[in-house]
Amino acid sequence: MNFSNLIKIAYTALLRNTTRALLTMLGIIIGIASVIAMVNMGQSSQAQIEENISSMGTNLIMVMRAHQRGGGVNLGNANSQSLKLADVEAIKAQAKYVDAVSPSVNASGQLVNGSKNWPGSMQGGSVEYLAIKKYEIAYGTNFTEQDIASYAKVCLIGKTIVDNLFEEGENPIGKEIRFGKIPMKVIGVLEEKGQNSMGQDQDDILIAPYSTVQKRILAQNHLNMIYASAKNEDVCQLATEEIEKILRTSHNLSPDATNDFEVRTQAEMLEMMSSVVGTITSLLTATAIISLIVGGIGIMNIMYVTVTERTKEIGLRMAIGAKAKDVLWQFLIESGMLSVVGGIIGIIVGIIASYVIAQVMMSPFVVSVGAVFMAFFVSAFIGIFFGWLPAKKAAKLDPITALRYE
Amino acid sequence: MANSIIRINELKRNFIVGSETVRALRGVSFEIQAGEFVAIMGTSGSGKSTMLNILGCLDKPTSGEYYIDEIEVSKFSNDKLSEIRNKKIGFVFQSYNLLPRTAAIEQVELPLLYNPNVGAKERRERAEEALRLVGLEERMYHLPSQMSGGQQQRVAIARAIVNDPVIILADEATGNLDTRTSYEIMSLFQRLNESGKTIAFVTHEPDIAAFTSRVVMLRDGRVTKDEPVKTASAQAALDALPASDDY
Ligand SMILES: Nc1ncnc2c1ncn2[C@@H]1O[C@H](COP(=O)(O)OP(=O)(O)O)[C@@H](O)[C@H]1O
Ligand SMILES: [Mg+2]
Repeated sequence: MNFSNLIKIAYTALLRNTTRALLTMLGIIIGIASVIAMVNMGQSSQAQIEENISSMGTNLIMVMRAHQRGGGVNLGNANSQSLKLADVEAIKAQAKYVDAVSPSVNASGQLVNGSKNWPGSMQGGSVEYLAIKKYEIAYGTNFTEQDIASYAKVCLIGKTIVDNLFEEGENPIGKEIRFGKIPMKVIGVLEEKGQNSMGQDQDDILIAPYSTVQKRILAQNHLNMIYASAKNEDVCQLATEEIEKILRTSHNLSPDATNDFEVRTQAEMLEMMSSVVGTITSLLTATAIISLIVGGIGIMNIMYVTVTERTKEIGLRMAIGAKAKDVLWQFLIESGMLSVVGGIIGIIVGIIASYVIAQVMMSPFVVSVGAVFMAFFVSAFIGIFFGWLPAKKAAKLDPITALRYE
Repeated sequence: MANSIIRINELKRNFIVGSETVRALRGVSFEIQAGEFVAIMGTSGSGKSTMLNILGCLDKPTSGEYYIDEIEVSKFSNDKLSEIRNKKIGFVFQSYNLLPRTAAIEQVELPLLYNPNVGAKERRERAEEALRLVGLEERMYHLPSQMSGGQQQRVAIARAIVNDPVIILADEATGNLDTRTSYEIMSLFQRLNESGKTIAFVTHEPDIAAFTSRVVMLRDGRVTKDEPVKTASAQAALDALPASDDY
């Protein structure tokens, strides 16, 4: 038997009932499309995280207050006052692998400029804060050590705040805005940074001297966090260990006491996030694969119906010379075509869906070539696997009985 | 013209049904020469279809010899029988057995699709020629649902002759048709026979059998009569039909 003839036989048979063919393909289309969309989405998130690692710097180190425990109950870290300015001084003085260090305190409140207002938060840091968090000044200047010493009411603002508090084209430098009741003079505007990996707007920020935030707004002596940056990526781990040692000494912890703080690198945080994203992606992909299997069972179901319905046709084909294996091939090719064409449509739909998702989530649009090839072969496999039993049933028919079938 | 197309010798066919054996053919022997137009007659259950199925290589005899075109096929494998059916036999059924939603030309091409030696161009040409022979050159792209019973049977006949078989086997081919259409179909068979086709035609209607040239009578799986008959012209019978019959 000539294979191209078999293919012609199979597709003409499929074209006789296009509606059914399309409906049968629907399961595969949905299954393949969701697998493609999920895998692309996962890779897109991964790419976004990687992009973030490089944009935020892999040498960023965060020192956070440890979770407090009270009689076995986790009280969270909000009340911990373990981090002090003295810790920052100690790190600055002793750490060899640390380049820059900044205290971090923050307060939230309403920002007002004339009739405009915007809910914002005030981030307090040292003069090195900008460098550590990789912010650049678009225009204006950073605050100085002098400003810190005098609790100066000066601030740097991000683009989002500029947009919301000022008229278009208005120069914010030198203007006074109010944070709650406290007037703050804008001395610099930050370069735009966009969203971070958690979808936070990094331009919705107001940075002021930490002393101003501590004394004039929060009236507190402790710090919320300490940011540091390692000299370079390679010494990040060493810097982390170094900071831990310095802080244990400065906190007077005995050798068997647990840390009352936590040292984390940005890379670690992002790794953690990427593993969460990975888990979610795998779960979604697993769901998509189940729908693909359901699609395959749908094909098998329809192929059984088709074989029964076309019993007489099968009898006729045998009477005019089709061998059992010709009939087997015909139905295998039919189910294979259904699932491969369904798979191709699914791939296209999946890619379009990933594109739309990427646009909506403002994440990079990634097409996993591997997933596309896999999807193609998986759909071919599904067609042949789930088409096998119905095709076998067709090939086993006795021509006389089949011809008599009503 | 001792050119034997079909030769069967002591052909028997038993069906085992539960613990019983149904002896549908109990030793049938005859020969069909090239160019004959044979009617196989008999009452219902006499074994006509069983006989025709074996002649058509759809079934194998329990015992006996069967030569088609001088090839002994009674012990052939199913695949070999498929090839014999594809190359040497043309079937015409009572219920036409056309594929639904398929144009006449494609119906007729079908047997050639299972013949790897025939290419697409030759396939189309031969199918067109076959449709022309049955008088359907105007309806090549019509679907079965757009044709009358007689036209559908003509498509089936075109399909039966497209592979240029050594014999056309028809089982009650006029059974679903009214008198006039039956005569038209018989007239077509007569023309095909005159052009050299060998035909074996199963029927239980004597007036249809009268259009053939030889009647083989079966009863209880045995040949009770096998004699030439004076062939009546189907065209003449058609002309003689009252016009009022043409409703
Ligand atoms: N597949 C079968 N199984 C059992 N008995 C059968 C089968 N086919 C035919 N027969 C029996 O063989 C006899 C001849 O049947 P058949 O050839 O169909 O008769 P006809 O076509 O002359 O009416 C009948 O008694 C019928 O019941
Ligand atoms: Mg019968």
